[in-house]
Amino acid sequence: MNLHEYQAKTLLQKYGIPVPRGQVVAVAKETVAVTTEIASNAWVVKAQVHAGGRGKAGGVKIVKSASEAQVVASELLGKTLVTYQNAPDGQPVNQVLIEETLPIARELYLSMLVDRTLERVVVVASSAGGMDIEEIAQNSPEKILQEVCDPLTGLMDYQARNLGFKLDLAGDQISAFSKILKGLYKLFKDNDLALLEINPLVVTTDGKLFALDCKMSVDDNALYRQKALAEQRDWSQEDSKEAVAHHAGLNYIALNGNIGCMVNGAGLAMATMDLIKLHGGAPANFLDVGGGATAETVTKAFKIILADSNVKAILVNIFGGIMRCDIIAEGIITAVKEVGMQIPVIVRLEGTNVELGKTMLQTSGLNIISADGLTDAAVQAVKAVLV
Amino acid sequence: MSILVNKNTKVLCQGFTGKQGSFHSEQALAYGTKMVGGVTPGKGGLIHLGLPVFNTMRDAVRETGATASVIYVPPAFAADSILEACDAGIELIICITEGIPVLDMLNVKHVLNSYNVKLIGPNCPGVITPGECKIGIMPGSIHLRGKVGIVSRSGTLTYEAVHQTTALKLGQSTCVGIGGDPIKGLNFIECLEMFEADDETEAIIMVGEIGGSDEEAAAEFIKSNVSKPVAAYIAGQTAPAGKRMGHAGAIISGGSGKAEDKMRALERAGAVVASSPAGLGEAVLAAINLKIK
Repeated sequence: MNLHEYQAKTLLQKYGIPVPRGQVVAVAKETVAVTTEIASNAWVVKAQVHAGGRGKAGGVKIVKSASEAQVVASELLGKTLVTYQNAPDGQPVNQVLIEETLPIARELYLSMLVDRTLERVVVVASSAGGMDIEEIAQNSPEKILQEVCDPLTGLMDYQARNLGFKLDLAGDQISAFSKILKGLYKLFKDNDLALLEINPLVVTTDGKLFALDCKMSVDDNALYRQKALAEQRDWSQEDSKEAVAHHAGLNYIALNGNIGCMVNGAGLAMATMDLIKLHGGAPANFLDVGGGATAETVTKAFKIILADSNVKAILVNIFGGIMRCDIIAEGIITAVKEVGMQIPVIVRLEGTNVELGKTMLQTSGLNIISADGLTDAAVQAVKAVLV
Repeated sequence: MSILVNKNTKVLCQGFTGKQGSFHSEQALAYGTKMVGGVTPGKGGLIHLGLPVFNTMRDAVRETGATASVIYVPPAFAADSILEACDAGIELIICITEGIPVLDMLNVKHVLNSYNVKLIGPNCPGVITPGECKIGIMPGSIHLRGKVGIVSRSGTLTYEAVHQTTALKLGQSTCVGIGGDPIKGLNFIECLEMFEADDETEAIIMVGEIGGSDEEAAAEFIKSNVSKPVAAYIAGQTAPAGKRMGHAGAIISGGSGKAEDKMRALERAGAVVASSPAGLGEAVLAAINLKIK
């Protein structure tokens, strides 16, 4: 789950990490009060969307007066901002963050993440701030610095100094940097983050450090114990079908094709998408219905798939496992009737009682095609959308 | 032989009296697994499915002499259960639970590293040596004892590999579902090493997926350490970048973790890589034939 920049900065402040003075607004006229309260020569108005590349897309603007701030805010609010990261659909701007501008001398890069190979929290830093880390990694890998945190001791002062001196910080900046890093580490652990990125961390002309931009994402598996963060989730930033699926307890990801997929198991669901592509089709989604595949979950899944008007056929691929195929077939038949299915449903079943399950599907009198095996299912589905 | 488990493996179940624990323990008993009891704190002294229930893993291990334990507790209690099993002297811990916070697993692994213990999972189907011992949620009936060792990050794709090798009468020596989480117990390399050393295993199927670089590391290992034929499949060739595909660990991030890179790495290591999940059986046959030539 991703947080907005303004939400992330509220957390940063709570952990003593300096951020520019600012205020988030949802209504353009509120900018007047904000610019009055935050005295500055100029302000920056930043569209709050869950995507990078906002600056180049016109979502971040410098303004010189209160009236200009209001004009820019009203232009951004309610707009759909399309950046290179969320293209082609873009995301709605429901809030803008108004901040003071700072006299910037240098821009640094800082992030924390869980390295799955090292099985440790890792701090990544670079003197090449303001750029994408992938870009830095490709063009100047020598500029990427890393410190690995031991779970017992956490991030140590010497590690912060290692990074600080390599980033050419000096004097008081070293202890300020160390304090920032230790605050970030505590924040990361306390809030079950999966990623924390400050890009850039700026050094002002008078030598102070500030987190100018911040991206945070929370480990989805930890949301049960991070209730305050879970409540901050902004569903408007996510695909509407994905949001509905999430609330129905289903794992759904929207794609651009026209063959809807309903599969049990994440690996098999990905493999089913691959299979459709391999046989010349295009999957409309990823959907893992889990082990159950009861009439109730299948009905829910069908409804979510059908909410995508591109879908011209549905491929159901269930490896029965412990659940018998005849019970799954019964569930599919009930669900097809329940949703009043208008398009062909191709079903591949495998597992215990598979023959009985297939017979039930074939004799149902519904628009259900029972496939013989994985390949046949994909071929039939691709054929169905060509008709 | 086989790897990890056999007919003599004594197995405990943590979360024994819960819905999942009860259902799958019953299935395991029916399959012939040597289940010897289970743990549910506060229910010690009861008899469940004809087996003793204990309050703590220490009691359970002392009374039964079990060396393996399977965990079906909810995610919030899983880290505690894994470490309790480890503390009680269990040698093989199989954690089925899906949805454990990654920072919990990070701490758990840090502790496990100082013990001589093997963890399988979490977020996995478990491990089975056909005809001898089934620990986990896989359907026993699709298996056939034989010569292919299977290791996979995905549950249902393991069943596909099993189904296809059963249909070809190759059968399986042992199947290990290592799970779909980013931080986990046994990885490909440890399983490949055990299969390489196991007399009964004549060929290996490895099923990977997008995210991380474990398949690339496995490819390096295969190149220099595995003499047996290896077939592989990587799920997620069509997965979009930046999206978590069901499994917590299945995500292409920052240009790394792509299926294509993993497939190339495995091909370079001499594995036969199937482009379709329906081609796993044929791929392992092709790998076996290649080695014979």
